[in-house]
Amino acid sequence: MAKITLSKLRHSYLPNPASESDYALKEIDLDWSDGGAYALLGPSGCGKSTLLNIISGLLVPSDGKILFDDKDVTTLPPDQRNIAQVFQFPVIYDTMTVYDNLAFPLRNRARDEATVKTRVTAIAEMLELTEMLNTRAAGLSPDTKQKISMGRGLVREDVNVVMFDEPLTVIDPHLKWKLRSKLKELHQRVKATMIYVTHDQTEALTFADQVVVMQLGEVVQVGTPVELFERPAHTFVGHFIGSPGMNILPCALVDGAAHFADQAIALEGPINGSPEGKTEIGIRPEFVSLASSGLPATVTKVSDVGRHTVVECTAGGERINAIIEGQAPEKGATVHLEFRRDQTRLYVDGWLATTAEEAMA
Amino acid sequence: MKTENQKAWLFVLPVLALVAFNALIPMMTVVNYSVQETFGDNVFFWQGLDWFQQILRSERFHDALGRQFLFTFLILVIEVPLGIAIALSMPRKGFWVPVCLVLMALPMLIPWNVVGAMWNIFTLPDIGLLGYFLNHVLGINYDMTQDPVAAWVTIVTMDVWHWTSLVVLLSYAGLVSIPDAYYQAAKIDGASNWAVFRFIQLPKMKTVLTIAILLRFMDSFNIYTEPFVLTGGGPGNSTTLLSIDLVKIALGQFDLGPAAAMSLIYFAITLLVSWLFYTLMTKDDLN
Repeated sequence: MAKITLSKLRHSYLPNPASESDYALKEIDLDWSDGGAYALLGPSGCGKSTLLNIISGLLVPSDGKILFDDKDVTTLPPDQRNIAQVFQFPVIYDTMTVYDNLAFPLRNRARDEATVKTRVTAIAEMLELTEMLNTRAAGLSPDTKQKISMGRGLVREDVNVVMFDEPLTVIDPHLKWKLRSKLKELHQRVKATMIYVTHDQTEALTFADQVVVMQLGEVVQVGTPVELFERPAHTFVGHFIGSPGMNILPCALVDGAAHFADQAIALEGPINGSPEGKTEIGIRPEFVSLASSGLPATVTKVSDVGRHTVVECTAGGERINAIIEGQAPEKGATVHLEFRRDQTRLYVDGWLATTAEEAMA
Repeated sequence: MKTENQKAWLFVLPVLALVAFNALIPMMTVVNYSVQETFGDNVFFWQGLDWFQQILRSERFHDALGRQFLFTFLILVIEVPLGIAIALSMPRKGFWVPVCLVLMALPMLIPWNVVGAMWNIFTLPDIGLLGYFLNHVLGINYDMTQDPVAAWVTIVTMDVWHWTSLVVLLSYAGLVSIPDAYYQAAKIDGASNWAVFRFIQLPKMKTVLTIAILLRFMDSFNIYTEPFVLTGGGPGNSTTLLSIDLVKIALGQFDLGPAAAMSLIYFAITLLVSWLFYTLMTKDDLN
């Protein structure tokens, strides 16, 4: 197990990258501490799989360095990095039994059979595979196969990091939840550093202690699930995380106050510096409520999602979602919206530009 | 009650008629000949299983069958590993893929008698490219019309040249269907190249390889045109394979009864070996 440091990492799939847009990864500096559970979250094509392959050694980055415990491993091949990776589709050695599958990484490293047996038995126990150790792996269900892949990743006791590349893609929805909690449990038991790549926010937020959100080859925010939800550092994070995502409303600055639809909107705190560029207000639907006075809006759609109701309104030509508990208004009704002040933030060119008042106090 | 649609038979009928005319009926005439003796003029005498007994006991048949098995064994032992090796070393993506595929397919596009004629000329000791090179440049005494070993080397080499591509193309199809993740996982698991071949590539190629071996077995076991054009079964009888011998008996000596019996035995052997092989290879998949 090790601390992993990414230093000024850049990668392009082109031989001679010229402009910024040629890079699949744009300058990444990150530290992953030993034993942490991380998620790498972002939409398809944001560079998360590229980053994962660089950490595992399947790709050598164009620029920058990767350090495992301050040892430079940038050009080392995967088998010398002592890492494990679980892929999107279960990788199974068809001709082998479940036992031999789990033993494969150890036998390749010439461990003696007694050690192999202890490790395989222990891992099979954890993954509830004990009963099928002697069956052939080929005919098993996808979720069992994926468990075997995970098992192969965990079977070596000295792995620096175990990486999961969207491992639940091919798993049935009702088993996804089970495997996810299994994974969380495994992390607590084996204490290995784990990196979980996904585009599914639920998977990321339930698995990880720290979530790294990526967009267009850049890390936009690193934080705990709560931080990402409550204080998105970038409108992308606000929009990507949450269901529905954060409301992003273009606004004008008049005398240092944000104005939307000719109304002054109170922000969580003072604006940092003197912003130039595109200014937007960000507020999560959870913190928009219906009130007797406030921003006038027209209800355009009401969706009952069970626990609460999502009310979609239009105000000032923009769409605003509000999450309402209890009685919801009719479609077409005129309502007034109120934004909870400590959750209303200003974003300049996409980046958070306000400081919370209580944080200053 | 479940209604069954009988219209499907209408679609099967044309095929049935076609198969009847080009396979079943000719085959029945062979069966007819195999149990009778004829002196022409459509006069037949019942012989029972005499012809079968005669063929099965004849040394000539044993020898031809032995040569046939040897030939098939040799070409399989060379073509299958060679085909896999070539498929493994072919590029998986990029500009050279179509180039390799076309080059590989070329020998298979040449008609069989042309292949025989090509190799005949190619190996002529005095003017053939290979024959001249071996005899006059390397000083190796090589003449397949005189030397049985040379004749065998030539027909086996010719078959390898003609048909290894089939194994290559089928194996290659199996190889490209393996997702990258398998190779990446194997790398991370610390697998050696041999382990990658043994536990990933070979199992994934198994189905297509079974088909390739089956096709190569049947084709080589029934081979006629190429060795006939190349050596005519000689020198002596050294390259007289089963089919060549069969044609000699049927059309050379006009012994239609024994020839019919022999072709049925021949057919039965081909069928039996193919069935055994296929059953054994696919046994695992059924469980």
